[in-house]
This record gives sequence, C-alpha cells and structure tokens, in this order.
Amino acid sequence: MRRDSVLGGMIFNGRISCGKEKHVKELVIGARTENLDQVIAFVDENLEEADCSMKAQMQIDVAVEEIFVNIAQYAYTPAEGEAVIRLDTEKNPGAVTITFIDSGVPFNPLAVAEPDVTLSAKDRKVGGLGIFMVKRSMDDVSYEYADNKNILTIKKNI
Amino acid sequence: MLKIEQKANGSELTFALEGRLDTTTAPQLENELRKSLSGVESLIFEFEALEYISSAGLRVLLSSQKQMNKQGEMVIRNVRPEIMEIFDVTGFSDILTIE
Repeated sequence: MRRDSVLGGMIFNGRISCGKEKHVKELVIGARTENLDQVIAFVDENLEEADCSMKAQMQIDVAVEEIFVNIAQYAYTPAEGEAVIRLDTEKNPGAVTITFIDSGVPFNPLAVAEPDVTLSAKDRKVGGLGIFMVKRSMDDVSYEYADNKNILTIKKNI
Repeated sequence: MLKIEQKANGSELTFALEGRLDTTTAPQLENELRKSLSGVESLIFEFEALEYISSAGLRVLLSSQKQMNKQGEMVIRNVRPEIMEIFDVTGFSDILTIE
C-alpha cells in the first residue's frame, strides 16, 4: 500500500528513551485528499497499539482528517507538496501527540473565527466547523510558523 | 468505505449507511441524495452501522436537512454514542431530529 514516491508515504519508526517510554512514528505523504485513507490507517494502527478507547480514536481520527484535508486543499494550491505527520505515543499516563508539518502558505487555523453552533439549520454554515471540532475534542492544540513551515500540534490524553 | 442502501416506500425514503462518512465518501452520499430527493416527504437515515463522521459528512446532513425543511421531514435513527458526541459538540443535535 505504501510507496516510496513523493505522492505515496514514507514511514520512520523510532523509539526515544527519556525517562518514560515514548514511541515516535513519522509519515511523509503527498498532501492530497486521495491520501486521506492512508493517513488514517497510519494513525489508527498506532492508536490500536496504544490501547486507545473507541471514543478517543474517533475524536483523533476526526481531528487528523480535518487538519490533513485542510493542508491538502489549501497549503500548496495549485501546486503540490508534502505533509509530514509525526505521531508520539506515551504511556503512564497515556497520551497521543500528533504534529502536522507543511511548507505551504502560512496559515494559522486557530485564528479562524469559530462558527456559531447555536443557529438554526436555515442559518447554519459548515465553514470553520472542522477546526472547531479539533479544538473542542483535543486536550491541547498549538500552532507555530517556523523555518517556512506550518507546524500544528494536537494532543489527546487517552 | 461507505455502503449506502436506499429503500423507497411511497413518499418515504430510507438511507441506511454503513462505514465511514468522511471527506472521501461524503460526495457519494451527496450524489445519491441529489438524484433521489425529488418528491420525498419523509427522509430517514439509518445510522446503526455508521462508524464515523467528520465535518464533510455533517455538511451533507445539513444540506439535506435544509432541503427537507422545505419539502417534509428528516429523521436520523440509531446513532452510535461516538457519533452522538460529535452531534452534541457541533450543535447538530439541536438542528437534527434524532430518534
């Protein structure tokens, strides 16, 4: 399934030892919505190893989808580029930290105005809902722009 | 990754969804709804086997709800707790009819 091309994915497996046990895995993949399934498969595989609950896994999958699709649709348009997805799992206490890195146009999704989720169906718009769900369901979300890269990090205690 | 089963009964139409309603599969549901909604007064979504929904899926549900508000009613049945959580967080539990 995974190819070593720009549009496929490359995976790095590592283990960093610094007091408590920590696993770091990395996927480098073409920032295209067609690659979403591959990204979710990469994340789920690692969450299953970390004994993540169904509820937390769904929340993390949703967050990953919203962020990856956003990069795929806007970061490099109309050109193409890569996204780096780094996943750290910790035990005792259990936590998952996922970092998304792209070299596209600078964009801070956390600065986007939050949607009004109390409006009626007639007045509701779905824009901005994705990142809103990320902020609500994760324990920590942070953004920085460094070395010409967008770096968005989410953390979920599991 | 998304299986859609349609059942029509007069002006009542049921969509049973199985799998994942995400960025990849939402357009598929959107297309089927576009083809089928004409003349429907009661639209029922059966979510018993739906495992996952993202904002792309919510977008399709919202546009169907808007459409059905003009021509009848829309109901979502047997929503799993993980999906209900997403409806709650996004305020969708207030605008959708969930049984």
